[in-house]
Amino acid sequence: MPNGAIGKGPERARLPHQANIPTAGLYLVSLSKPAGARNGATGPRLTQNWEDRMRNKETLVILAAAAAAMATGAHAGKLDDVRAAGELACGVSEGVPGFSNPNSEGVWTGLDADICRAVAAATLGDANAVRFVPLASKQKVLAVSSGQVDMTSRTTTWTMKRDSAEGVDFTSVVYYDGQGFMVRADAGVTSARELDAATVCLTTGTTTELNMADFARANGLTLEPVVFEGKREAVEAYASGRCDALTTDASQLAAFRAGFADPSEHKILPEIISKEPLAPFVAHGDNQWKDIVTWVVYGLITAEELGVTQANVAEMTASSTNPNIQRLLGTSGDTGGFLGLNSTWMVDTISAVGNYGEIYDRNLTATLGLERGVNALWTDGGILYAMPVR
Amino acid sequence: MPSSKKTAAWSPGSLLSQGGVLVVVIAILYVLFSNTQENLAIRGIESGFAFLGHEAGLPIGDSLIDYSPTRSYGYAFLVGILNTLFVSVLAIVFSTLLGIVIGVARVSRNWLLAKGAAIYVETLRNLPLLLTLFFIYTVVLAALPHPRDAIALSEGVFLSKRGFYLPRPVAEDGIGLFLGASAVALVLAVMFWRWAKSYKVRTGRSVPGLRGGLAIFLALSGLAFLASGQPLTSELPVYKGFNFKGGLSIKPEFASLLIGLVLYTAAYVAENVRSGIQSVHAGQIEAANALGVSSGVVTRMVLLPQALRVTIPATTNDYASLVKNSSLAVAIGYPDMVSVGGTIIGQNGQAIEIIAMWMAVYLTINLIISLGMNMLNARVQLVER
Repeated sequence: MPNGAIGKGPERARLPHQANIPTAGLYLVSLSKPAGARNGATGPRLTQNWEDRMRNKETLVILAAAAAAMATGAHAGKLDDVRAAGELACGVSEGVPGFSNPNSEGVWTGLDADICRAVAAATLGDANAVRFVPLASKQKVLAVSSGQVDMTSRTTTWTMKRDSAEGVDFTSVVYYDGQGFMVRADAGVTSARELDAATVCLTTGTTTELNMADFARANGLTLEPVVFEGKREAVEAYASGRCDALTTDASQLAAFRAGFADPSEHKILPEIISKEPLAPFVAHGDNQWKDIVTWVVYGLITAEELGVTQANVAEMTASSTNPNIQRLLGTSGDTGGFLGLNSTWMVDTISAVGNYGEIYDRNLTATLGLERGVNALWTDGGILYAMPVR
Repeated sequence: MPSSKKTAAWSPGSLLSQGGVLVVVIAILYVLFSNTQENLAIRGIESGFAFLGHEAGLPIGDSLIDYSPTRSYGYAFLVGILNTLFVSVLAIVFSTLLGIVIGVARVSRNWLLAKGAAIYVETLRNLPLLLTLFFIYTVVLAALPHPRDAIALSEGVFLSKRGFYLPRPVAEDGIGLFLGASAVALVLAVMFWRWAKSYKVRTGRSVPGLRGGLAIFLALSGLAFLASGQPLTSELPVYKGFNFKGGLSIKPEFASLLIGLVLYTAAYVAENVRSGIQSVHAGQIEAANALGVSSGVVTRMVLLPQALRVTIPATTNDYASLVKNSSLAVAIGYPDMVSVGGTIIGQNGQAIEIIAMWMAVYLTINLIISLGMNMLNARVQLVER
C-alpha cells in the first residue's frame, strides 16, 4: 500500500477525516483486544459503525475493486509524505506534445511537466525530485483519489462532477482550453457544422465524447465516433485516413498538427465547442496540500505579472524594493510559512522553471507556435488572473 | 466412491479446519468491503448503481441495436456487452473451423502442408495478441482506399477505409408468408434426414439424407419466395458527403478484432486438434482400414469420437481466453464492453461499479461456455458399463 500511515505514528491520526485502513491482520488484532487498546482510530470506529455497515450491503463485494479502494486511505499531511519520500509522484499524460511528453532523452517536457517541477521545487527545494507517472485518461482521477500519485498535472478538465463527487479537488487553472476539430485541408470543410456524416477519431475516458455528442445533437449532425484507448492510436487512425476528423482540446490539436510530416495538409476548424479549463488536481480532503499546489500556480502567474523571471530572480530577491515582489520572494513576511513551506518557496520555483509566461513560451509558443490568446495575463487582455499573494 | 474417502473429508477435525478457513476468508472479504464503503464515503465519492438510469450522452460508433446518446448508461453498457458477445461468438465459430483445418494439416503426410501449419501455429502462438491486432488494424487501414475511391466489388458492395458496405435486406409485405413456408420446409427437410438415418439402420442401404434434406429445403423455400411475391428487397449504400449512407456495414475495427482473435485462437485450437488426433492409437485406424472401411468413415466413426475426448477440455480453456482477449478491442477502437465502460468511468468516476459489472459479465459468459462444453464433453466421454 502506498500509504502505510496507519498505526505508524500518533500524529497521523489527528485529522478527523482520516480513513481507517486496517489490514486483515490489524483487524484481527483489534478484535482480540479491547476496542481502543491498540489502533486508537481503528478499534472504536469498527464497533461504532458496525450497524451502519450492516445496512450497506446493496453494493457488490468484489475483491479487486475492494483492494483498489484499500489504497484509498485519506492522507493526513501529504506534504509530510512527500518530504519523507523525497520525491513528488506526479501524474502526467502518456504523451501530449507541449503539455507532457518525454523528449528524445526520456526527460518529460511541457507545461504540465513544468508545473510538477514547480511544485517539487516549492516543497522539496529540488525541481528534479519528481517521479513522472504517465496515466491513461480513465486512470487519472482514480490514481489521485487512491493516493497512487500525489497530484496530477495532465490536461484535465475541471468539471463539477469530478470536483465534487469523484474524490479529487482541483487547484487552479493552468490553461484555458476548448474542444475543436481538425480535418484534412483538402476535405473542403470550413466549419464544424459541415461535418454531417463524418467519422471522427477521439479518445475514451474524457469529456471529449460528451462534448462531441452534445454538439452533434445541438446542430442536428450525425457524427460517427471511433473511440480509442490511447491518444497516439487515435491520432494515427486519423492520419491513416480512418477518420475524416480528429477531435480533442484545440491546444492538443495544434500540437498533433505540428507533429505531422506536412502540417499544411491539416487544418483546425474555427469552432470551439466547449470550455476546457485544464487544472492540476489533488486528493480530496487534504486542504494544506491543495493550498500548496494552488498557490504555486498563482505564484508563477504573479511572478509574470511582477516581471520576476528565471534570469532576474536572484537579483530581485537581493535588491527589489517592491513590496509585492518582496512578499512573493519571501524577503518580507512569510508567505511560504502560510503553506508550511520555506520562505524561499517561490525563489526555488522560479529559479528552476521560470514564471508562467516563460513556461508557456518555452513549451507552447516556441515549439508549437501556440499564441497566448485567452491565456494571456488579465492585464494583457487575457483571462489569466492570479489571486493576490499576501 | 469408496466410503473411506467420504468420511475422511467430513471428520470432525477436518470439518473444524475447513470451517475455520471459511470464517477467515469471509472476515477478510467483509473487512475489504466495509473499508471500501467507508473510504468512498469519506472521500465523497459517489457509489451505487443509480447512475445506470442516467442519460449516457456518449456516442457509440458500432452498435447492433438502435442507440443514441440520449439513452441511459445501462443501455450503453448493454450495447457494449452485445458487441463483446457478437465478436466472441463469431470468433469462436471461425477459430474452431480454422483450427480444425490447421490441426489436421499439422499431422498431414504432405510435408509442405505439415510444415506450413507448424510455422503458422508457432508464429501466432508466440506473438502477443495486442501486437497482432495493431498489425492487422494498420495493414487493413493502409491497404484500403478512401471512401471516395472505394473498391466496388459488385452493385452496392463497397470496400474502403470506412468499412465493408453491403446492401441491407429490407422486408416487404408477404415476408411472414415466406418465413412460415420456410419453417415448414425446414421441418420437412429434417424429417426426411431422420427417416434416411433410420432407413439405413433398418435396411443397411444408405440414402443421401443430408443432401436430400437440403435440396427439399432449398426447393420449397425458393418456391415460397417466388409465390409470396419476392418480399425481400435491398437497400443499397450510397456515397454521400463524407461517407456511405444506408446499407449494412462492417467496420475496420470489428473486422480487425475478429481476424486477430480468429487467427490467434485457431493456433491454440489447432494444437488441441493435433494432440487429439495423435492420442488415438494407430492400431485403431489400422484395424478399421483392415476391415476395408472407407477413409471418410474411419475419420468420422473411429478417429473423431476418440480424438474429441482429448480435444474438447483443452478447447474450453481457449474459448474462455478468447472471450477475455476480446477486451483488447479497446486498443483498436472497437466499442466493446470494456471500451464503453471505460468511457462511463471517465464521465462519472464510478470505477468500482463498472469493474464489478465487467467482472460479472465475463464470469457469466465464461461459465456458460464452460457449462456447454462440459455437457458436450460428457457426451463424448467413454461410458463405462
